[in-house]
Amino acid sequence: MKKLALALAAFGLFAVSFAQDSGKDKQIPGVQLKDMSGKTINTAELAANGPVIISFWATWCSPCKRELNTIHEVYTDWQEEFGVTLVAVSIDDEKTKNSVPVYVNGRAWEYVVLMDTNSDFRRAMGVNNVPHTFLVNKDGVIVYSHNNYAPGDEELLYQELVNLSKK
Amino acid sequence: MKRIVAIIAAAAGFTAYGQLERGNFTGNIESTFQYLNEDSLIGATQPASKGLLNSYMNVYYTHGNFRGGLRFESYLPRIQGYPTEFEGTGLGMRYVGYGNKFIDVTAGNFYEQFGSGLTLRAYEDRALGYDNMLDGLRVKLTPYRGIVLKGVYGLQRLAFRGGISHGSGIVRGGDAEININQLFKGLQEKELNVVVGGSFVSKFQEDNDDLLVVPQNVATYGGRIGLRYKGFTLDGEYAVKGQDPSQDNGYIYNTGFATVINAGYSRKGLGILFSAKSVDNMSYRSDRTKVMQVGLINYLPAMNRTHTYNLVSSLYPYATQPTGEVAFQGEVVYTIPKGTKLGGKYGTTINLNASTAYRPKRTPNPTYSTDSTGILYSTKPFAMSDSLYWLDINASISKKFTRNFNAILSYYHIVLNNNIAAVTKQPGNIASNTIVLELGYKFKNRSSLRTEMQVMFVNRIDSLDNRVKFNTPGSRATDNGDWATLMIEYTINSNWMVSVMDQYNFGNYDKAKRAHHPYITVGYITGATRVMASYGRQRAGMFCVGGVCRFVPASNGLTLTVTHSF
Repeated sequence: MKKLALALAAFGLFAVSFAQDSGKDKQIPGVQLKDMSGKTINTAELAANGPVIISFWATWCSPCKRELNTIHEVYTDWQEEFGVTLVAVSIDDEKTKNSVPVYVNGRAWEYVVLMDTNSDFRRAMGVNNVPHTFLVNKDGVIVYSHNNYAPGDEELLYQELVNLSKK
Repeated sequence: MKRIVAIIAAAAGFTAYGQLERGNFTGNIESTFQYLNEDSLIGATQPASKGLLNSYMNVYYTHGNFRGGLRFESYLPRIQGYPTEFEGTGLGMRYVGYGNKFIDVTAGNFYEQFGSGLTLRAYEDRALGYDNMLDGLRVKLTPYRGIVLKGVYGLQRLAFRGGISHGSGIVRGGDAEININQLFKGLQEKELNVVVGGSFVSKFQEDNDDLLVVPQNVATYGGRIGLRYKGFTLDGEYAVKGQDPSQDNGYIYNTGFATVINAGYSRKGLGILFSAKSVDNMSYRSDRTKVMQVGLINYLPAMNRTHTYNLVSSLYPYATQPTGEVAFQGEVVYTIPKGTKLGGKYGTTINLNASTAYRPKRTPNPTYSTDSTGILYSTKPFAMSDSLYWLDINASISKKFTRNFNAILSYYHIVLNNNIAAVTKQPGNIASNTIVLELGYKFKNRSSLRTEMQVMFVNRIDSLDNRVKFNTPGSRATDNGDWATLMIEYTINSNWMVSVMDQYNFGNYDKAKRAHHPYITVGYITGATRVMASYGRQRAGMFCVGGVCRFVPASNGLTLTVTHSF
């Protein structure tokens, strides 16, 4: 039991040391993904026209849909206020990827939607589980990373956008 | 203690390294520890080692055109329900790569998919314990705008035994995809968008069969087309496979085929999809003696919705039948606009989905036992019998009533042929009807409450097509009957959450087995780090709590999970 406790403590420190480092000076890795119309997009160029929210989601993930449906209500305001673009990266694999345009359009989302069918971008971004949301500044540097969605988290993201616009 | 110091030093080292202007480190870590109890009522056992640990860490490095990555994995021993192909501790992935605008080369491990995966899909899902990566060489070329060529050559990861354990077969293949509109400048602005592609994959495995002369080289090849015009889409792929006697097909010499067709229409507020699939004898493995998810080179997509509510997702799920099925799926998502009578202030979304699968119609070869062809039957694409494998009809309506209150009401009707999919011991078809009501409320102080109320009524369909309750005396039912679930999740703030769930098997025909399955979870989340502790009884299936979904096996005990991305 003592060994276990020590191992857990070490593990915790390990996690914390990474936590301090997380999201600092990390550029978006370049992966070739397709959008819903089949056009190829290089993820390294996503922030070329201003700050970007990258949100990993899937059609089978309820919290992801809650998050993106909530942001959908304020998205036009955010776009006007910060010039931000939301890129919704679907990690739906071959089984469910055809439901992505059905859901996206059925919900009238105005996001840029990318298809990460074999999780290549998910791996490169170090995403364990969905939802996972990143905020990337106009230089392509990741300034905020959050692995979860609870109602109200969109307000934290808004605050991050405010902070970013002040810099 | 020395070891701990070393770990901390290594972590500190990484931190320091990340701040240097020397390329980019990303990656993630996930560790799941379980301490499980014996629970004969739900059939949960205590492993001999009592404690179980699954752990992995990915580190990826990119610097200009260069990249590299590796993953350490530990199964000491693996958590309950995880596939037996995972054991020990060591390096489970490593690669180096280089890419510019024209060429991209990866040496070592890689994941890849050709088209819709009918010929090749090297894929991972760590939560599920699925990893059939290739280990060798991959080259991608972009010789001209709109053209992508890929070539792969490698061994396949079959298992993890303190390191990568390869299958005995060699996998090699190529894929070409041409985007017609990008290729020709004059077509770039046209409304009709056309993408065509083709792939060829071959596997080599020595003939190690004592009785049969089996082909050592087996090929699959296929073609595909994708069309887009305004809101309409039409995609199709067709692939065939040469003679491939295997454990899956009972060592017959039939050739195989698979085809998938998707047609869709969508505009703002409306999405429609219709899919059809026909598969026969198309399981394709780097080792002909393997079954389940081991050594699969290709992927045959299951044509049904992936459900998330606990009862529908975990009790009677369906997976594609690689030896053959004809399947269809239809889906509609429609949002009644806001400001209308039915749409209300925020709009109302309706989701309808139906899927079904049947056994292919096969004409037996009358001289199979005497001729030497080894061809057991003949069949054609979309030739289907009246033998039902699967039927799923579901609908949900989602509405936000006020700024703080929303609700989702869902209904599911599922019929599963348990002789084929075999999720329980009960023979014949199992029919279930499930209703779920989900309510969410957000308080002024940013805390929020979410609850799911689920009830599932289960019937057995007997040979005369009558529906029999599981708890009817004399029905000789072996399955568990009706279930109810109540889940309450309270998010205290953006860092802390707690949830309590109970699944109650109130309709079990054996009164002694009408068990409650209480389960409590506490989670702490900060940025990209998450720590979760759960205690209680849990059924197998996909489990969503605190904002994240993953697959979890049946258990009774404590589960601790730490995840972090960097």
